[in-house]
Amino acid sequence: MARNIKLRIWRGDSTDGGLKDVVVEANEGEVVLDVIHRVQATQMGDLAVRWNCKAGKCGSCSMEINGKPRLACMTQVASFGEEETITVTPLRAFPVIKDLVTDVSFNYKKAMEVPAYEHPKELAPGQARMQQIDVERSQEFRKCIECFLCQDVCHVVRDHEENKKSFAGPRFFIRIAELDMHPLDMLKNRKKTAQEEHGLGMCNITKCCTEVCPEHIKITDNAIIPMKERVADIKYDPARWLGSKIRRREGL
Amino acid sequence: MTLERHNYDVLVIGAGGAGLRAAVEAREAGLRVAIICKSLFGKAHTVMAEGGAAASMGNVNDKDSWMVHFRDTMRGGKFLSHYRMAELHAKEAPDRIWELETWGALFDRTKEGKISQRNFGGHEYPRLAHVGDRTGLELIRTMQQKIVQLQQKDGRETGDMESGIKVFAELTITDILKENGKISGAYGYWRESGEEVLFEAPAVVIATGGVGKTFKITSNSWEGTGDGHALALKAGANLVDMEFLQFHPTGMVWPPSVRGILVTESVRGEGGVLTNNLGERFMFKYIPDVFKDKYADNEEEADRWYEDQDNNRRPPELLPRDEVARAINTEVKAGRGTEHGGVFLDVSKRIPAETIKKRLPSMWHQFYELAGVDITKEAMEVGPTCHYVMGGVEVEPDTAAAVGVPGLFAAGEVAGGMHGSNRLGGNSLTDLLVFGRRAGMGAVAYVKSNGANPVSEGAIAAAAKKIQAPFDREGGENSYSLHAELQEITHNLVGIIRTGSELAEAIEKIAAIRARSANVSVSGGRKFNPGFHLAFDLDNMLLVAESTAKSAIAREESRGGHTRDDFPNMNSEWRQINLISSFDGTKVNVRKQVLPTLPKELFDLFDIHELEKYMTPEEIAKGGSN
Amino acid sequence: MSFVVYATFRAFEGANYYKDHLISPFYSPCLSEACLPEATILGFTPVSAEIFNFALSPALIILIFPLGFRMTCYYYRKSYYRSFWMSPPACAVAEPHKKYTGETRFPLIFQNSHRYFFYAGLVLNVILSYDAIISFKNPEGKWGHMSVGSLVLLVSSTLLWFYSMSCHSCRHTIGGRLKNFSKHPVRYKLWSWVSVLNHSHQRFAWYSLAAVAFADIYVRQVATGAWTNFYFF
Repeated sequence: MARNIKLRIWRGDSTDGGLKDVVVEANEGEVVLDVIHRVQATQMGDLAVRWNCKAGKCGSCSMEINGKPRLACMTQVASFGEEETITVTPLRAFPVIKDLVTDVSFNYKKAMEVPAYEHPKELAPGQARMQQIDVERSQEFRKCIECFLCQDVCHVVRDHEENKKSFAGPRFFIRIAELDMHPLDMLKNRKKTAQEEHGLGMCNITKCCTEVCPEHIKITDNAIIPMKERVADIKYDPARWLGSKIRRREGL
Repeated sequence: MTLERHNYDVLVIGAGGAGLRAAVEAREAGLRVAIICKSLFGKAHTVMAEGGAAASMGNVNDKDSWMVHFRDTMRGGKFLSHYRMAELHAKEAPDRIWELETWGALFDRTKEGKISQRNFGGHEYPRLAHVGDRTGLELIRTMQQKIVQLQQKDGRETGDMESGIKVFAELTITDILKENGKISGAYGYWRESGEEVLFEAPAVVIATGGVGKTFKITSNSWEGTGDGHALALKAGANLVDMEFLQFHPTGMVWPPSVRGILVTESVRGEGGVLTNNLGERFMFKYIPDVFKDKYADNEEEADRWYEDQDNNRRPPELLPRDEVARAINTEVKAGRGTEHGGVFLDVSKRIPAETIKKRLPSMWHQFYELAGVDITKEAMEVGPTCHYVMGGVEVEPDTAAAVGVPGLFAAGEVAGGMHGSNRLGGNSLTDLLVFGRRAGMGAVAYVKSNGANPVSEGAIAAAAKKIQAPFDREGGENSYSLHAELQEITHNLVGIIRTGSELAEAIEKIAAIRARSANVSVSGGRKFNPGFHLAFDLDNMLLVAESTAKSAIAREESRGGHTRDDFPNMNSEWRQINLISSFDGTKVNVRKQVLPTLPKELFDLFDIHELEKYMTPEEIAKGGSN
Repeated sequence: MSFVVYATFRAFEGANYYKDHLISPFYSPCLSEACLPEATILGFTPVSAEIFNFALSPALIILIFPLGFRMTCYYYRKSYYRSFWMSPPACAVAEPHKKYTGETRFPLIFQNSHRYFFYAGLVLNVILSYDAIISFKNPEGKWGHMSVGSLVLLVSSTLLWFYSMSCHSCRHTIGGRLKNFSKHPVRYKLWSWVSVLNHSHQRFAWYSLAAVAFADIYVRQVATGAWTNFYFF
């Protein structure tokens, strides 16, 4: 049962652009990405949109649908009203390249700034022993498909371009948490650098990242707040703080 | 405008599991590496792999060993696998998995804290290392992060994190360049800007994955356009056994938005039944004689099996993938399919809603969120979907070097030989790791003994001309419609069940589209223009389709992922034959090549009676080579 | 918000907080010399009634702790940053501030003290539970009686326990800070339970707040004589 729906698509590039109205056919069960593809095939042959798996597993088709950061392949057309116009715009936190495609290199740069996992030197491949309960916390964060919706929605960088330098964003807070909770990771000072270099303190836990996560990772409750508590352990605990000043020991 | 140029020791095309593993290997050996990905870094199709990575670590059952794994792989491939690849794969897979763990991967654990392993079709013992149902994602992410680690190390040493290894995301390679018969680099364009780029590198590793987009219904994403297959062909390499394609019996067929996406086998394992539009549970009609003693021939017994597996035969829905795929295909062709060309797979009438949600959570979500279908209330529409290509670039097993092209290497799905005529689930992820690493090693050895091979201006000009061509044509063919036509042809004529006459028709039609594709024109500018991108992908897909159709018409038997209606049986003579595709500049030529003989020590791993099913009496009498 | 206004009023009122073994949670423990002797815990009043010639309501001494606990609570922070600070007003809605530094500097860096308020909160919870138990006496001081007031105090102190136990700092302290759960099976078990409660932290925050406020209103009404505390037995 096809019907026509009204779509408003942002078209343009880094210099200029605006919303364009189109009417396009939508079939039962289709998602927003499908109708965008139909627009591409029938009306706007050069409409730029990023996508890959179309199954909510790769995190490529991130965009803003009626102002909300979403995956276009996971947003049912039927979730909007019959008469409602669906507005699709590129991610706002990142520079537009063309139409719905943005330059997300910020995230890859941040990924390079988080120190990698450090395996215990004495453990040869195959010797590692970890219990399921010890890996589960980090496994939750490794579900991340890097759609960067959390990075996009986070007001710290969304509304404050100047913070991009000093703020890694929710995606990389869960990466840091993943490593800090990894039962075998040997690298020291992850908590300290989380606060001092990656801007954990900038987060005011307003939970938008958790709200938009298509993998339903509890970013705030399971990664950011526990990391804030871990930071409080080493930085804002008067007794420990004094101890570390006196003994100058390497941090945790 | 000056041309963007880069100079590297090794160029890796493809940033899936195999490409990244090759890049890590080459970088750790001290070479400078460029990684090309067609989409963003970390989005490769590897993320779709759910089941796990097969490696005989023996963590769950210590009777497992590389020899058992080798046997399973050869059996699965119906003894058409290159024995040496299967051997290397089985021997090295455990090391590759353990190595990932030292890079930070977190697999699910056993009680003793080892990597947990699960059962999977065709594997004798629990063998698949896994992380829930997202093992592929874990693999990609781990290697992505390993590359970051290498970059951080380079950063500490040189001050530039990208000095030793650099990722070029959203870049398409259109040509692999050669000088004096050897690899000299590659040419391509940025998808974002449409601007051209030259890479000079004496070694190129192709790791571009599959060809699914050649078909109408596929589980592959838009990237699976056979780029590497086509690039290798054009560079003078061979493709081996391109007729072997794996079709998963149950892909979603409706709504169109999700066409092709896999519906896991466990839906049937949990009690899902297949029915046609008459409401008939048709699988009972399709039980082959060899399986009669293992599969129930009536509904009552089949239903009892779910409760009591010891005293009842299995329901026929659980026959091997190819049998189920063929059955569905036959029903649909006979007009008993659903209106969208599939059959019904229903769990809603048999299992309470709560149980479905508990046992099949990811499937419930997949249908509910992607398709708006509640599988606890209604039936799914499913049909076979093109999943994996066993055929691919002919390589030397030990180095992954492409036969005939010095400096070219291939690993992963794009390489052929490893899986024979049919791939076992779980073997692809370890294939990526084992041969990704070997391709990296091969490239390192090659570069160290050969050195740079500069690209000539003539080669650059020719490559640039090719990219500009579709913009210069006006009013030519539209690449979208040509692609749709090609998919229609492959779907109807080169699909799961093939016959000589249909294949001949397909070859003709593909040639006709190829002729028209020379006239494709593109509207709009170069900047992130999908029409422009498809023009190049289309060319690749046409070559792949031609190779598949021509190999398929040549192989006059049915084996694994190749079923001929006119030659329904396996033929031991054909088992000794690989079909080799090569490209002469205008068309694909297919010739026969004799498969290397199993050496004695590997031959002796099998029960002689088993081998008799596959081999000729003369082969058995010889008892393997040497 | 109205809670803060009401709490402030009640804190300064300095009266109507005790009647017949019912003590308002705002005034417990009553540590000031100004406290009604019956309202103190065994007459323990270390704080003088006046500081700098200013009559200090007994509530002010202790109210800082629950208030601090709630002000630094991760849930309330989300809530008031969004609704009062407009930072952000809602997800993906632009915020009106020019500069944003989050919780990295004074005064918001003191949000990191949440755990100390949590510890203090635990002490208060013990006392309030003690108060609830005391309320199972009749006006003559005989045990084994139950009134509406004792129920009110019981509910409010129980909800406060749930609020504290579901707290993020509690979750961290009890097990979240560990790297290897498998080496601390008991703490892992506790952490798992707390994690379940933690999902409903927001709910417990509001329920406990309402219950405490109602408990105070109830005691006040009883103390002023507006309501009669009904005894079941």
